[in-house]
Parts: sequence; C-alpha cells; structure tokens
Amino acid sequence: MQISKSLRYLIYWELGIPLTLLTIGIYHGLMQTIYRAGVIHQSSFAHLDYYQGLTLHGVINAIVLTSFFAVAFGHATITFYLKREPHKWVTWLSFWLMTIGTLMAAWAMLAGKASVLYTFYPPLKAHPLFYLGAALLIVGSWIPLFSWANLYMDWKRQNPLVKTPLAVVGTLVNFTIWFVCTLAVAYEVLVLLLPWAMGWKQTINVTLARTLFWFFGHALVYFWLLPAYIMYYTMLPKLAGGKLFSDLAGRISLFLFLLFSVPVGVHHQFSDPSITRGIKMFQGLLTFGVAIPSFITAFTLAASLEYAGKKRGSKGLLGFFAKLPYLDPNKYLFAYLIGGLILFIFGGLTGIVNASGVLNAVVHNTAWLPGHFHMTVAGPVFLSIIGMSLFLYSGISGKPIFLPNVNVIIPYLWVIGILIFSTGLSWGGLIGEPRRTNLGMTYLNPKNELFTPEWVPTTMLALAGGIIMTFAALLFFIVFFGTVFSKKKEQGSLNLPVSEVLHDEKRIALFDTFKPWLIMMGIIIILAYVPAFMNASKNPGPGAPAFTPDNPVPIHPSGTTNIYNQ
Amino acid sequence: MDPSEKKIIGITGVVLALFIFSILYARGKNNDLPECLPFNKTYLDPKIIKLDEKTFQVYAVAQMWQFQPAQIYIPAGSEVDFYISSKDVVHGFNISEKNVNLMAVYGNINKTTVKFERAGIYKITCHEYCGIGHQSMQAEVIVTEPPSNK
Repeated sequence: MQISKSLRYLIYWELGIPLTLLTIGIYHGLMQTIYRAGVIHQSSFAHLDYYQGLTLHGVINAIVLTSFFAVAFGHATITFYLKREPHKWVTWLSFWLMTIGTLMAAWAMLAGKASVLYTFYPPLKAHPLFYLGAALLIVGSWIPLFSWANLYMDWKRQNPLVKTPLAVVGTLVNFTIWFVCTLAVAYEVLVLLLPWAMGWKQTINVTLARTLFWFFGHALVYFWLLPAYIMYYTMLPKLAGGKLFSDLAGRISLFLFLLFSVPVGVHHQFSDPSITRGIKMFQGLLTFGVAIPSFITAFTLAASLEYAGKKRGSKGLLGFFAKLPYLDPNKYLFAYLIGGLILFIFGGLTGIVNASGVLNAVVHNTAWLPGHFHMTVAGPVFLSIIGMSLFLYSGISGKPIFLPNVNVIIPYLWVIGILIFSTGLSWGGLIGEPRRTNLGMTYLNPKNELFTPEWVPTTMLALAGGIIMTFAALLFFIVFFGTVFSKKKEQGSLNLPVSEVLHDEKRIALFDTFKPWLIMMGIIIILAYVPAFMNASKNPGPGAPAFTPDNPVPIHPSGTTNIYNQ
Repeated sequence: MDPSEKKIIGITGVVLALFIFSILYARGKNNDLPECLPFNKTYLDPKIIKLDEKTFQVYAVAQMWQFQPAQIYIPAGSEVDFYISSKDVVHGFNISEKNVNLMAVYGNINKTTVKFERAGIYKITCHEYCGIGHQSMQAEVIVTEPPSNK
C-alpha cells in the first residue's frame, strides 16, 4: 500500500538512527570480548573505558535500538493491517522525544559521566541527563500507543464481527505491556533517582529502586521479543511457502504474555536481601507460566514449517527441515527469522534454568547470564530487527537490496558466532566467571595475583564468537547502508508478507477483546507486586548516599548520616 | 474439539500439576534462597564469630573494592552463617564452588548458610559491577583440615 510522505520519512529515521548508533554498540561488544580474554590488560582503549563501553553497548543495543524499532514496526503493522495512518503530530512528537532523550543519554555516556551500566543501580550515581534522557526515550516510545488504540477502536466499530488481525493484536499487546511496565521505571527515575542525583534528596532506598527496575526490566525483554513473535506468526509461514498452523494459538499466546510479562520481575532478585522467599517463589512460578506461550509458539511454528516443507515435497518425520528456503536471496527475511528461532531454542532453555531459584544460585550474575540473553535479545530479537529494518526500508523506498547473496548468509554467520560466544560464556559462568567485569586486568592477566587459568578457554571461545559476530554485523552494515545509498528502482510501498492460516478458527469473543485480559493483568500484578514493594519499603534500613564509580567516599559525605564508622 | 486434542490437554494438565507440586514440595523441604532479614545494625561490623567447634557466623561487609574480612579461616566440616551487607554501592558475593550467590546492598542484610565439608581455598568473587576497581575485588574462605585428621 502507498503511505504518506510524512510516515515514510518517520519510518526511515526511526530505522536509520538506531542502526547508525548500533555501530558504536557493536564495536563495544567486540571490545569486551577482547578485554575479557586478556588480550589487553588495560582499563581503557582509545580513550573509552571498559565500563563506559559496556554501558554504551547495553543502552544502545538493548534500549535504543529495540525501542526505536518497535515503534517503527508498530507504525508499519497498524498502518498496513488497519489501512489507517497514525496521527501525524503524535508520531513526530514521539520521534522527537525519543531522539532528544537518546542524545542526552548518549552525551552523558560518551562524556564518561554515566558509566553505571544499562541497569543503573543506585547508589552508583550517573549524570542527571542520563536519567532524564532514558525517561524521555521511554515516554516517547509509548506515545504512539494512544494513536494506535484510537485507530483500532475506529476499525472495530466498522468491523465488529471480524477477527482483529493477529499482527494488530500483537502490537497492541506489546505496547500495553510496555506502557504498564515503564510506569515503574518512570517512578524510579523521576521520584527516586533524579531528585537524589540532583542533590535535593540525600539518600535512596536501593532495594526499592531495584524492585521498581525489575518490574520494568523483565517485561522489557518481552517488549523486545513480541515484534519478533509477530513476524514469526504472521510472516514466517508465508516466507517458508506454507500456512500458519493455527491463528487461535497465536492469540492465546499473545494474551498470555499480557498476563505474565510483568509480575515475574522478582526472579531477577532471587539473590537480593529484604524480599521474602515466598514472594520469590510465587514470582518464580509465574515465570514458568510465561514459558507456556513460548511453548505454544514453538509448537505452532514447527507445525507451520512442517506443513511448508511437506508442500515442497519433503518426506519422513523431520524431512521438512531440509526443504525450507534457507538460502533464497529473494526470501532473505526467512533466513533472518529462522536463524533467530534456532538460537531461541537454546535461549529459552537457558532462561528456564535462570527462572528456577536453586539453579539460579549456580549462575546468577555469572557469565552464564550474558550467554543466555545473547541467545534471546541478540538472537531472535536482533536478527528480526535488522532483517525487518532492511525489508521495510527497501520496500518503502523502492531500492533493491545491495549485495543480495551476501545478505542471505549474514544471519547464519551470526548464528554460528553467537553459538560459539554463548558456549564460552555459559561454560565460564558454570565455573564462576563473573559477568560485567574487566577480566583482562586481573583474572585473565598472568602477571596478576588473581589470575584464574580456568577462565582462559572460556573467554577465548567468547572472543572467537565475538569476532565472527562482528564480521556478520559489518557485512550487515555494508548491505544496509549500501541499500540506503543506492538508486531507487521502482515505486516504493509498504508491504508485509501475510501468512494464510491453515486452521482459521472462528472468532471467539474472549480472544478478540482486551478488557477481560487487562483486568486479569491488573489483578495478577497486584497480587505479585504489592507484597514485593511492601517488603522493599519496610525491610531495608537507612537509605544510601550517592557514589561515583571512581570513589569509595560518597559525594556529600557531610550531608548524610552514614550508618558505618568510616 | 478433536478427541485426541482433549487427551493431550488432559495429559498436559496432569504433568503441569505434578511439576508445580514437585517444586512446592521440594521448596518446602529444602529452601536455599537467601533468608529475608529486616535491617539490623549489628551485622555492619565485619567479624567472624565462633559459636562452637563446627559452627561459625561471618558478618561480611563489601565495600569499594574489597571484602572484610578478606580471609576467613575455618576447619573442614564447619557450617557458616554468612550475613552480608555493603558499605557503599551494590556488590556481589559469589562462592562459585559452593553455589553461594548473594547481593550485598547498602542498608540491607542478606543471609545464607553453607557447610564446608572439604579443606581448600574457596574464592569469594564480587560479581556485580561496583566501580573502577571491581575486577580486583576478591576474598577467600580458607578451610583447613581439623587437627585430629593430621
């Protein structure tokens, strides 16, 4: 379909800005594997510190790229399926808030005033512009929801008995989760962190801040993931040459995400003090609940791919795997999506390990964790984001893909890189290698008394994987920016692959309405989180003064009543 | 609904119920998540308390960029209660070989109990980013053979 010039440019910028910044994010990813493997034994390289680079890597790759993309992809799905464009001024307001917020945070990080990592746990204090920038980026990213909800209700009035397109349900579910979970981090940033970072408030309740962060932090991973799920359900079967096995399965899993995405955040705090075992166990169980929609999805997608393979003439039980269009340069989006799915098998399984309290004690905060989430966020999430960015840009602009035969192998190269990288990290984690640590200075430095030779093979594997991943990313940048700078060949248009459905169940009212699900969502969140917040407010003692990463003495030592005898 | 679908849903329900029951049962019997203690100033003073020959309490304080006490000597077969707190930013307290995995947080007391059966040196590693010296923050539990075995 044809779209307005305003929306076209909006989508270009919302894809182009984060992909440009991604070059910085990827560079720092590679650098970390180099430091950690002990190739260099320094605190910084090219004037950028390890932890500063780690902050840039996390914020750009996991927050900026994902938020910008989710908004651009949301505009695309809503416009394409509802045949209505979102309100112009709302979309540009959202764009400018996100862009200004990103610039503020980027300045603070590049100036070295916010080396607090993307989780920004107090009482490490960053520059106030870092917090403000993050808040603007987040607020900007949920503003379009109100315009989309409006378009959806308008569409619903005209089509009361037609099933809402699955991709629209997905986008609305995703941004509802995003809106709800970001309320907590907005409270953390605006009420707890900013006044404290400005020096208006002397101390901060660290456990409360961490609990608010993880209310947001785990739902965040579903905000990353759901755009990929939308592509898996509505596009992958079509690209594979088949049909979606069941439409209802997709709806059920999307609504289950609405219920289970938020009230599970405490599983990131199994090792924290001041929260009772009961709350941890309850949210741990709910975390197993959130595996259910992923299992439903795994089944439905496997069935859809099996159908596609059989249609292409495959034989036997698993023969369909051999018949899929893995290397068809015209269906490169299939390559990006299937690559992500392969990684997600391992990402999902390692995630179930983390959700279990006892096993979590083995792996919490070790290298296992980045090993896990590089098979989720740098797996299906990242590959679907870059693949779809290229697809949307090339389609809307009418420019052909630059180097199409290279493009189709990029995702497989990435998958190989991640599998090696994550094997190294997971193995290292099981033998105690910490995450978020400049290992090269001490633990991986043979001249240092803390040298730990057990971590040599694990960090070397991660380095090998990191090099392959960086090479794949480099090829992607060549393909993407090569496409951007090539000449327009045809009239561009917004077009998404649309899968037909094999079992198109009739409309069930419960799975075509938001109200009962939103009420259930509210109830589960209250049950899971009111006790957690009460614990986090009551059990801790005095609040903490502010510290910068380079000094054990607080910023205002005289103004605070320190509970320790310094 | 197809009868085979009904059967599958039934089986899934039973397996799920068994799964949840096992978790709850195992957790009721043996729950090694950290104990939740309200804040108490007593634990902020780093020390090792010997309750009897085989039972110790350790008040461990994490700070930028060291643990106090930095070396904890105990005889093999001892049971140790660790009470963990932080003097400044968030730190980690990881004894990888014993699966002791706790966060040290300012104004909060974290607690776990662990038994050291075998003699040896057990590293305590800070596994949460705590500033520019984070990569140097390690301490040790040194478990010695009891004199009678020598």
